[in-house]
Amino acid sequence: MTTSHESENQDMQTSVKPSSLADVAAAKAPKTPGTSVLGTGLETRGVHAWFGKHHALSNISLDFAAGTVTALIGPSGCGKSTFIRTINRMHEFIPGAAMAGEVLLDGKDVYAPGTDVTKIRLQIGMVFQKPNPFPSMTIGENVLSGLKLAQLKVENKDELLEECLERAGLWNEVKDRLGAHGGSLSGGQQQRLCIARALAVRPQVLLMDEPCSALDPGSTLRIEDTIRHLSDSMTIIIVTHNMQQAARVSDYTAFFLSDGGPGQMIEVAPTSEIFSRPQDSRTESYVTGRFG
Amino acid sequence: MTTATPTPSKPWQASNKDRAIDGAIFLAALASTYLLVNFTGLNGKLAYFLTFFIAYAIITTAFKGIQRGNAAAKDALVNSLVAIGAIVTVIPVASILLTVLQKGLPGISFGLFTHDMSLATPTDPLSNGGLLHAITGTLTLMVLALVMSVPIGILTALYLTEIKGRFTGPIRFLVQAMSGVPSIVAGLFILSAILYPITKAYSGLMGALSLTILMIPTIARTSEEVLNLIPNDLREAGTALGGTQWRTVAMIVVPAARSGLVTAIILGVARIAGETAPILLLTGGGDKVNPNAFNGPIGSLPYYIWKSFNAGSPEAITRAWAGLLVLVGLVLFLFTSARFLGARKVSK
Amino acid sequence: MSTQELVIPAPRQIETEPRRSDKIFRGVVTGGGLSSLLILGLIALFLGYRGFEVLRQEGIGFITHSDWSISTDDAGNVVESQFGLAAMLVGTILCSLIAVVIALPVSVFSALFLNFYAPGWLKKLLVTIIDMMAAFPSILFGIWGFLVLMPSVEYWAKLLHKYFGFVPFFDMQVPVFTRSPFVAGVVLAIMIIPIITSVSREIFSQAPLDRIQAAYALGATRWAMIKAVVIPHGRGGVIGGAMLGLGRAMGETVAVFTVLNIVFQVNWQMLLGAGGNVASLIILKFGDASPYEIKALMAAGLILFLLTLVVNALANLIVKTTGKSGR
Repeated sequence: MTTSHESENQDMQTSVKPSSLADVAAAKAPKTPGTSVLGTGLETRGVHAWFGKHHALSNISLDFAAGTVTALIGPSGCGKSTFIRTINRMHEFIPGAAMAGEVLLDGKDVYAPGTDVTKIRLQIGMVFQKPNPFPSMTIGENVLSGLKLAQLKVENKDELLEECLERAGLWNEVKDRLGAHGGSLSGGQQQRLCIARALAVRPQVLLMDEPCSALDPGSTLRIEDTIRHLSDSMTIIIVTHNMQQAARVSDYTAFFLSDGGPGQMIEVAPTSEIFSRPQDSRTESYVTGRFG
Repeated sequence: MTTATPTPSKPWQASNKDRAIDGAIFLAALASTYLLVNFTGLNGKLAYFLTFFIAYAIITTAFKGIQRGNAAAKDALVNSLVAIGAIVTVIPVASILLTVLQKGLPGISFGLFTHDMSLATPTDPLSNGGLLHAITGTLTLMVLALVMSVPIGILTALYLTEIKGRFTGPIRFLVQAMSGVPSIVAGLFILSAILYPITKAYSGLMGALSLTILMIPTIARTSEEVLNLIPNDLREAGTALGGTQWRTVAMIVVPAARSGLVTAIILGVARIAGETAPILLLTGGGDKVNPNAFNGPIGSLPYYIWKSFNAGSPEAITRAWAGLLVLVGLVLFLFTSARFLGARKVSK
Repeated sequence: MSTQELVIPAPRQIETEPRRSDKIFRGVVTGGGLSSLLILGLIALFLGYRGFEVLRQEGIGFITHSDWSISTDDAGNVVESQFGLAAMLVGTILCSLIAVVIALPVSVFSALFLNFYAPGWLKKLLVTIIDMMAAFPSILFGIWGFLVLMPSVEYWAKLLHKYFGFVPFFDMQVPVFTRSPFVAGVVLAIMIIPIITSVSREIFSQAPLDRIQAAYALGATRWAMIKAVVIPHGRGGVIGGAMLGLGRAMGETVAVFTVLNIVFQVNWQMLLGAGGNVASLIILKFGDASPYEIKALMAAGLILFLLTLVVNALANLIVKTTGKSGR
């Protein structure tokens, strides 16, 4: 087992270019689901999504075991992002949006009538494609902004601040300038700041929507390290276009595809299997780079 | 594996239960308002209004606070506040339109549009006289002001978007400063610069000149916005085909922006149609139809309204309202046509 | 090649000689563009030129005194004159400040409602209504304000006086509530609400979507999101919009003249039926003014012009810099 997350100084070239995706996926520590004490995880049952009349996503049923990392891969426009936005109820901000099905967090439907949507979003955090720290706040304020936004009280703010930045792998770089503005950081640092911000409200689930697509390869690797670390304590769902990334970080991989109609899930399996012996021929042609 | 597609739903929208709760809160606020107004020293429309909003805000805030906590309570409070803001904004419009209709309609008759006031005074019975002179006068003023302000306004916009010369920044700034010039100052300026030293007499032209000053910034700013919407590719395509800048602008840019420019012009006319202060200083406000805008006093709707309103008798006030109704009708007509044309700012 | 030292050439001057038609075109358009400069310059020049005599005679007293009187002999020669704008200036500022204080919260709340609360159809409808309101002529606001609004406002003024009379602004010796600066301020507030609302709405709608989503994703309520993202982003623009409204309120003539009782005495008691307004003074005195008094009115116009120019320039500067920083 390579311990890529412990070796930040390791030559990045070697780890960026593995011999094959299947090798990379197999080289990770295998992770058995359900080993942590994080609740029973997240499940979606027959989720559909619409934008106005446009049927964007069809019948997605997926089980995300607690403490695992699941990668969603597939070509652009196949509904991956739409899917994760239905999970923390960000989908409904788009005018004309509609959905069907259930999203169960610890067995409870997040769309059930009378649910406090802000509580749901506290339990299911999200990291966006483009780093988006709040420019009017300092680094420290950014990390704790979730608490302020949801008016949560916390005993020891400094401790929490350090812990979150530590877990996001940013503490050493910013500990001397917590009062600086978030915008003064590099793109990769900003993204880790956004991860720290999402961690501060202690979510059970973290959704990541192509978190590395706007970053350089070095920053990408650091974020991947962070993801591997975090998966010990939370359930992570990551949308990515980068199959090597999926192979490196995820325990499970789900392949989404749209054949002109609504996006569908073609196949889900442990990551090593998806990349070594996919069941569906479409998955195979996608992971071997024949289209997409 | 084919599954039947379920029907789309929007579980985030208010459920029947939520609606019932909202209704109950509304009724509770209404009831407490009724009780408070009737059994305490409060009275009047304002008291109903205020007490209702305060009661509603308090009840929703408390309810959400108990149900969901502190943050939700604040959110509910702000919900009520922004709704009040929107309602307070709309109430005057509704009141103004209703009043103008209610008080103006009795003064409207056919004779109003066929007679002028040369043989009548504002305090005469309504059957005497009319506002023909005011309508023709206002139209004359509008046409004259248009003729002068459209070239200048559009040239200014063209300078800002096509030439982009050294003065672009300062001119944009000055145009904005010009849009803040009080109308009375525009009137005084024409008075001091042209009427006193040169013509020494009231005329439609003087009024139109002051209106031109007020109209230029509106036309220039709206046209600039429209011209900025024209994609640069069009200009580059024109230049790449060997067109001079003049030909590119005249044959490609301006035609593409035509309906938007018309919108800008109409908005400019709407801006000055009811302008009163400079008209009072410069036109002399005759009571007879005066077809010559360059000589002699000329009537106009604002002047007619002003004169009737200040005459004070019930007949005169009705005349003023009738004049206002005609004026508002004109402004709304212009406004609606601008909206209608503005819906497609740049022709494809 | 490699043995030679690389000589960096001087950049070539690219000269374009525009065609004659383009030269004419550019000349004409530039001329048109400069017209705003010309007009603004001429306004200051002519009003200054006409008012010069009065300004020189009164000196600084023109804005510090508040008497406005002129007496002429039978031949029409000026015997004695005293022109001071202090009461009018104080009144202008008082009325417009009242207007902004009332209009600002209403406008900001309705702009927030339009951007973040109203469903699409309602937003469209309300935006049309508010734009329409901005197109209403001021004489309409004046007459409606006098005949319809004033009785209600007087009643509110009495309540304010009764319950908040201990505040100096709401105090008054003689209980005259009609045609007070407060009434004028309320009418002006209604007139400037559309301006402040549309500027605020514009600025709020530029609040970056990614940060709005970030706030929501962190479990923010709508208000918490607005406080964290929209207000920091829009603060400057709202202040600029308020100042645009202030400038408009200061220059408003007919509407104020209709609902305000002009008194040549400095009065800060906003509920008392005695106020001043530079623009209304011009309308009030113009009708039967002697040539010399006209000069004084021209000087008053110059002061009003400069005042609104400064307020507007500041406002535009603030709106522009906020719009640019784009955060």
